Amino acid sequence: MSGSNEILEEFVQGEYKYGFTSDIESDTLPPGLNEDVVRFISTKKGEPEFMLEYRLKAFRHWLTMKEPHWAHLHYPLINYQNISYYSAPKKPKEIKSLDEVDPELLRTFEKLGISLLEQKRLSGVAVDAVIDSVSVKTTFKESLSKLGIIFCSFSEAVKEHPELIKKYMGSVVPYTDNYFAALNAAVFSDGSFCYIPKGVRCPMELSTYFRINSAGTGQFERTLIIADEGAYVSYLEGCTAPMRDENQLHAAVVEIVSHADAEVKYSTVQNWYPGDKDGKGGIYNFVTKRGICLGNNAKISWTQVETGSAITWKYPSVILKGDNSVGEFYSIAVTNHMQQADTGTKMTHLGRNTKSTIVSKGIAAGKSNNSYRGLVKVNRGASNARNFSQCDSLLMGNNCGAHTFPYIEINDNSAQVEHEATTSKIGEDQIFYCNQRGIDTEKAIGLIVNGYCREVLNKLPMEFAVEAQKLLAVSLEGSVG
Amino acid sequence: MLEIKDLKVSVEGKQILKGLNLTVKKGEVHAIMGPNGSGKSTLASVIAGKEDYTVDGGSITFNGKDMLELSPDERAKEGMFLAFQYPVEIPGVSTINFLKTAISEIRQYRGLPPMEAKDFLKVLKEKQKVVEIEANLTGRSVNEGFSGGEKKRNEIFQMAMLEPSLAILDETDSGLDIDALRIVATGVNKLRTKENAFVVITHYQRLLEYIVPDFVHVLYQGRIVKSGTRELALELEGKGYDWIKKEFSELAV
Repeated sequence: MSGSNEILEEFVQGEYKYGFTSDIESDTLPPGLNEDVVRFISTKKGEPEFMLEYRLKAFRHWLTMKEPHWAHLHYPLINYQNISYYSAPKKPKEIKSLDEVDPELLRTFEKLGISLLEQKRLSGVAVDAVIDSVSVKTTFKESLSKLGIIFCSFSEAVKEHPELIKKYMGSVVPYTDNYFAALNAAVFSDGSFCYIPKGVRCPMELSTYFRINSAGTGQFERTLIIADEGAYVSYLEGCTAPMRDENQLHAAVVEIVSHADAEVKYSTVQNWYPGDKDGKGGIYNFVTKRGICLGNNAKISWTQVETGSAITWKYPSVILKGDNSVGEFYSIAVTNHMQQADTGTKMTHLGRNTKSTIVSKGIAAGKSNNSYRGLVKVNRGASNARNFSQCDSLLMGNNCGAHTFPYIEINDNSAQVEHEATTSKIGEDQIFYCNQRGIDTEKAIGLIVNGYCREVLNKLPMEFAVEAQKLLAVSLEGSVG
Repeated sequence: MLEIKDLKVSVEGKQILKGLNLTVKKGEVHAIMGPNGSGKSTLASVIAGKEDYTVDGGSITFNGKDMLELSPDERAKEGMFLAFQYPVEIPGVSTINFLKTAISEIRQYRGLPPMEAKDFLKVLKEKQKVVEIEANLTGRSVNEGFSGGEKKRNEIFQMAMLEPSLAILDETDSGLDIDALRIVATGVNKLRTKENAFVVITHYQRLLEYIVPDFVHVLYQGRIVKSGTRELALELEGKGYDWIKKEFSELAV
């Protein structure tokens, strides 16, 4: 560790040289990325040596890679040297009551049906300590640890459970996987870690709500979920409330390992800032999410509701290695105004009798572009593999685009693959029909869109589903008429 | 209740209604008949507030309110109902959920508290009987995969649930076999009261054997050219529309 201390020292002393500002709040690196920056991050976080080594290997590999441009996305070149890669969590601005919060934000909360307490939490209003989520969190943490469940921040896991991190980190998404995964591995800020021991069924939905460091996980989030043999966990990520972030580039990595007879259900609601109506200022979201069904009869299920971000590049995938393993992908992707989404999944069938299901619902409004991109791959020897894919696109208005890029690679004759795709337009007729029954246009769109997404919404845990339904309506506000 | 005065309507520059007058009082059933292209469905759509039409002149008042000032959903909330000629499918939205939303919106507009779930279910069951609609149809997505007859019956069922003061039936008889026609008509007759009114738009006299109108109007070339009682419908049945066309051909401009 002495080595890294020196580096840290160097950095601190180099403050003026590199243009550090001295004010306490900005414990932030100046823009730029090099090995020293990677070392600095690791040192700042007090990581063990193996983690730094991993980061450095990832960084060196990243240098050899090129940013991918195969997706149906258009955005200006990202200057990676223009980004600051370390920013200590800032103390949120103290707000005493909701009266001080942007009324526009409160209006959205209202529409989403978010409770007053939650509203306060999200907008940074100081909450009474007794009912503060922190205390709730602690209670939950205790009951989880009784079952042997580890649920903590990624940084904590690196220090407390290095053997699990060493064993599993990068085992599903190696840093060599893709450009953004490599970048994440080099500079990841924080994230969540979850381990469910053998035969344990996690008694509650694990969500970011209870996460230790929900604030300031930053732009390079990293999540690792491991369900040991026969374990079960349902994990919720994100929230329906609009999330603003000053960091434009987000490159997260999520890895899931499902051992024999285990099941992991991962649900996401993503509502990052999509930019204004002209697309200015939105988040670029380049995420690598992948799970592996390592043992027989393992199951991984992804459910996502994507409504935010200016750019979404995301393909939650499953590697079906164990025999009889099951992979599922249920997705709703909404794009409005100038948003662009290129999202889908990869189902890789390696084991026998493996089964995958893909249900994708794309909704495009405004001038947005919404693409489904999916790969179903059946390897030789994956006998009796089965896939069912359904990709539906719904268009609102005349200026948006929906695209479907399904890829199928079959190397085993016994495979059964079905693909269905539809594209429809939200009809003026449907809206008028609802109007004529006394339902105004805004509610009508909500109703029609929720109906269209029913299959996917049904897969969400109850608490998420209700909010997600409202979120869909809010996201499409003003998109017709 | 409904008062239409000198209504002039065009679609993409083409005039369809050329000064139409119609007065409907509560408790009355009016039939509007006419050959294809005379403007029957346009009239229904304009009353309900469909956007594709341009009102060039005239007025539509309903219970003293200027309907042309109101949006389609507001007109519905005022108690106006249109049974569509071609009911629309809404996949993934059950008829029950659809009606629950509609009823709560209408009640909110009228300053009424939301309907209790158990009351809603009670009304639902009652009205299902009235229109002889199978319970499983109301659990399914709105009109999705319904046969033509089922769709029309679902329209009448929705009408029964929403209890409008004025219902406009736009060619509800088209595409119905005689049994379905009888069921639909019986449903409408059961829903007739002294307080509500119906405007039945139809091409054929057939429906009027079951739903007996108080007044019959003949719409031709965008105007009501003849009004009478039920006998007029029978006369049309006997002679066809040709004599109307001949008599009023000078209207064709």
